[in-house]
Amino acid sequence: MSEKIKEWPGVALKDADIKEKKVLFTEWRPNLKYAWDTGVGYGRYFEGLRNGRIVGTRCNKCHRVLLPARAFCEWCFRTVDEWVYLKDTGTVNTFSIAYTGTQAERLKEPRIPALIEIDGSNGVGIMHLLGEVDPKNVKNGMRVKAVWKPKEQRQGAITDIKYWKPFEEGTR
Amino acid sequence: MSMRKVAVVGAGMTKFMRRALETGKELAWEAGKMALDSCNLTVNDIDSVVIGTAPDAFDMVHMKSEYLTDGCGAWRKPAMRGFVGGGTGVFSVCQGWYHIASGLFDTCLIIGEEKMSSCVPHPQGAFVTCWDQFTESPLGASLLWFFAWEMNRYMTVHGITEREIALVSVKNKRNALDHPCAQLASEITVDDVLNSEVMAWPVKRLDVSPTSDGAAALVLASENVARRITDKPVWIEGVGWCLDTMYVGQRDLYYPKYVEVAARMAYDMAGITEPSKEIHIAEPYDPFDYKELHHIEGLLLCDKGEAPKLLADGYFNRDGNLPASPSGGLLGVGNAIAASGVMKAAELFWQLRGEAGKRQVPGKPKKGVAQAWGDEMQVGTVVVLGI
Amino acid sequence: MQSRVAIIGIGYTPFRVVTPDVSFKEMMFEAAFKAYEDAGICPRHDIDSFINCAEDFTEGRSIFDIHVPDNIGAVLRSIHTICHDGIVGLIGGYMLIQTGQFNIVAIESHSKLSNMLTQNYLTAHAMDPVFNKPLGQHPGYIAGMEMNRYLHETGTTKEHCALVSVKNKRNAIDNHLASYGDRITTEDVLNSETTFYPLSRLDASSPTDGGIVMVLASEEKARALSKKPVWIRGVGWCSDTPTLESRSWSEATYARIAAEMAYRMAGIKYPKKELDLAEIDDTFSYKELQHMEALKFCRKGEAGAMVEEGVTEREGELPINVSGGSLGVGWMSEATGLQRVLEIVLQLRGEAGKRQVPNAKVGLAQSWRGVPTTSGAVIILSSE
Repeated sequence: MSEKIKEWPGVALKDADIKEKKVLFTEWRPNLKYAWDTGVGYGRYFEGLRNGRIVGTRCNKCHRVLLPARAFCEWCFRTVDEWVYLKDTGTVNTFSIAYTGTQAERLKEPRIPALIEIDGSNGVGIMHLLGEVDPKNVKNGMRVKAVWKPKEQRQGAITDIKYWKPFEEGTR
Repeated sequence: MSMRKVAVVGAGMTKFMRRALETGKELAWEAGKMALDSCNLTVNDIDSVVIGTAPDAFDMVHMKSEYLTDGCGAWRKPAMRGFVGGGTGVFSVCQGWYHIASGLFDTCLIIGEEKMSSCVPHPQGAFVTCWDQFTESPLGASLLWFFAWEMNRYMTVHGITEREIALVSVKNKRNALDHPCAQLASEITVDDVLNSEVMAWPVKRLDVSPTSDGAAALVLASENVARRITDKPVWIEGVGWCLDTMYVGQRDLYYPKYVEVAARMAYDMAGITEPSKEIHIAEPYDPFDYKELHHIEGLLLCDKGEAPKLLADGYFNRDGNLPASPSGGLLGVGNAIAASGVMKAAELFWQLRGEAGKRQVPGKPKKGVAQAWGDEMQVGTVVVLGI
Repeated sequence: MQSRVAIIGIGYTPFRVVTPDVSFKEMMFEAAFKAYEDAGICPRHDIDSFINCAEDFTEGRSIFDIHVPDNIGAVLRSIHTICHDGIVGLIGGYMLIQTGQFNIVAIESHSKLSNMLTQNYLTAHAMDPVFNKPLGQHPGYIAGMEMNRYLHETGTTKEHCALVSVKNKRNAIDNHLASYGDRITTEDVLNSETTFYPLSRLDASSPTDGGIVMVLASEEKARALSKKPVWIRGVGWCSDTPTLESRSWSEATYARIAAEMAYRMAGIKYPKKELDLAEIDDTFSYKELQHMEALKFCRKGEAGAMVEEGVTEREGELPINVSGGSLGVGWMSEATGLQRVLEIVLQLRGEAGKRQVPNAKVGLAQSWRGVPTTSGAVIILSSE
């Protein structure tokens, strides 16, 4: 029957219809505020970040490191067995060079979000940003190290790490 | 217990547009009315309603399905909204299936609706609040990051180039030239894609589907009722859906395992053992061009990493061995999230009945698969339709 | 062709007004873990499908289902979210099992409303964007208008409504899960400040936090796994119009239609006689009365008298909201329906402790999604 239909419903508007107010519209800004409890797992993870270290947990059934730290293993569906403390170095698993922001606006300086496999986690990655590097030089498999905010500026948040920068083994 | 058979008996959709004059309710009504008219039913013949619609943050109404009910023909009826992010459209077909297969109802109207343009300045803003509120959102995470990572990883593991992937966009936008509802149908070249503005490398403007307003609808019926309504019922032979972990760092993005699990569930139900041979036509989810290839692999329609080569050989063209997104897909018709998923199932309905007009694939296809994806590279939803 | 479906496992966290010690994920995990233990199953192998009931803006996350599978054992498994009250989630699971393709299904819903700081603005955000949002009022006026029309058409009084608050808060004292148990008088309710005339502060429920998970099974699995299966005998759900301008303001039509469907399935003709107890929506005190009439426990306009005569007390002929209801336990957003089902399951299993209704065999739970909706669901459960 699809071939028999001549007129399909729907009226497309142009930008001008809105700008010149050819159509009526209402505006609304929701007033929504939230304060989320971090809970046990993330709470300890962020406490760790405030102290300049990366905290994960381990499940002794599947022998995985869980990162960010969590109170239970989603794979085995049981509570985790221990806290593990990881280095602030890792390897880029995959990355992007983002020229647009969250509202699809054009950014002046691109940002480089990357999935970083943390050393000692057996390949588990966290999401973060790369810095002090020319976007042209970023490669998958690149070694990176966390650049922390000064201690007094840390708040127990993911942003306590400013970004991750390339490093060579044996250097600081 | 043998399964109660469920058929698709009618379909309808609105044009997909960047910004529609209609409200979400009106879009839903237009698509629903068209689907009912297509099989000579009225809303009084409908026992139950399934509403598929993605985040409330698009339409900017809390409890969006409550707001939409009357537009969806659900007044004083049982209405249910299933929600699995971008996978919602195809999932709503699964949900309509279980309404009827359960024996509770004989008919079900499925409406997929999205009015993304209500979210200003840009619908992408709705995704800002998707990610983990502690570990991801504070970094300014945008939707494109995840796609870019996945595309990068897919290319890296298999040694695939951006040029090979761009061909999907060319194919789908060209297919869409024959779709009366298409928003971004055009004849473009691979170089146009490669030269389009980089949004988040390796993702470029023409790798991406547009944001859209629109609605699509299907009418489902139990076997007895379907045979009274039409002599060309299209059967829902298998359904599957699956979610992976939200912790992206805990898995490998190169392959959509969640799609494979969902596909196996649907194929098992449909008695399909060799999908690459038994499926004649596919509507894989293509919000980004690489995603179509990724999903074709996840649907077990070819080996991992093999899709780009088959694409180059014309295998997925409308006249190829396994036409993929003959509708024009999201890249060509538009990405009105949940409506697009329903559109993909509607395309199979029209194709299997031989009613797709200029888009009709040759060779009288008998079995098709439609699939959608969603969330944080996490959801696979699959339906197998057949005649 | 219909086979039977039973609830074979229940798990829940304590219901508390604030829960700063756990994240919503950890709360979901605790309830799920307990439910699976109660059912004697392993979620990673035994459960065929999972359902979560949640709304994005309540959680503060777009596409909330992203955050769900990890917390209830559903990673890489069949799972979906239903944006509706938990009873509708149970109905989804019921239908999945009735298809014959699924044997065991788990349903999760929770409330972390303490993390939502602007509940009234959230409710306002559910209003029609063209007709109602621009008016910009606190959405509580809708309940006030509805109560006013209900009292006007039925002759029910504010005193009748106050009796509901008194009863439910008193019932909640014996429920260790409840957050708002109290011994108050009708005068306390009537003298509490008017919020949206004729509604007073003590006519309205307040939010609480908590997670609930239930496990459903086909008849064969239920008999193999459970000593005390609680059978689902009837289900129904319905949406009336969302449009404020054209709805019935005195009658809960959605509840009536949903109940008719559920009674038909369960073969119930005289609910007041055939039901041993009911847990029904009391988001506001008048709602319990309005819903009693819609559920055909009495004729229109008779609910107030029925409460006055003590019929709905714990020792009465048809105890209603023995758990304390939302007025006594606390309102739990999409988990509210599951809280009501939980009470019925505990009662039918004979595990309700001090508030046990003797010989409870058949119970009904009903939900309403709250202002500004006209959607609700009914489920009828029995121990036999």
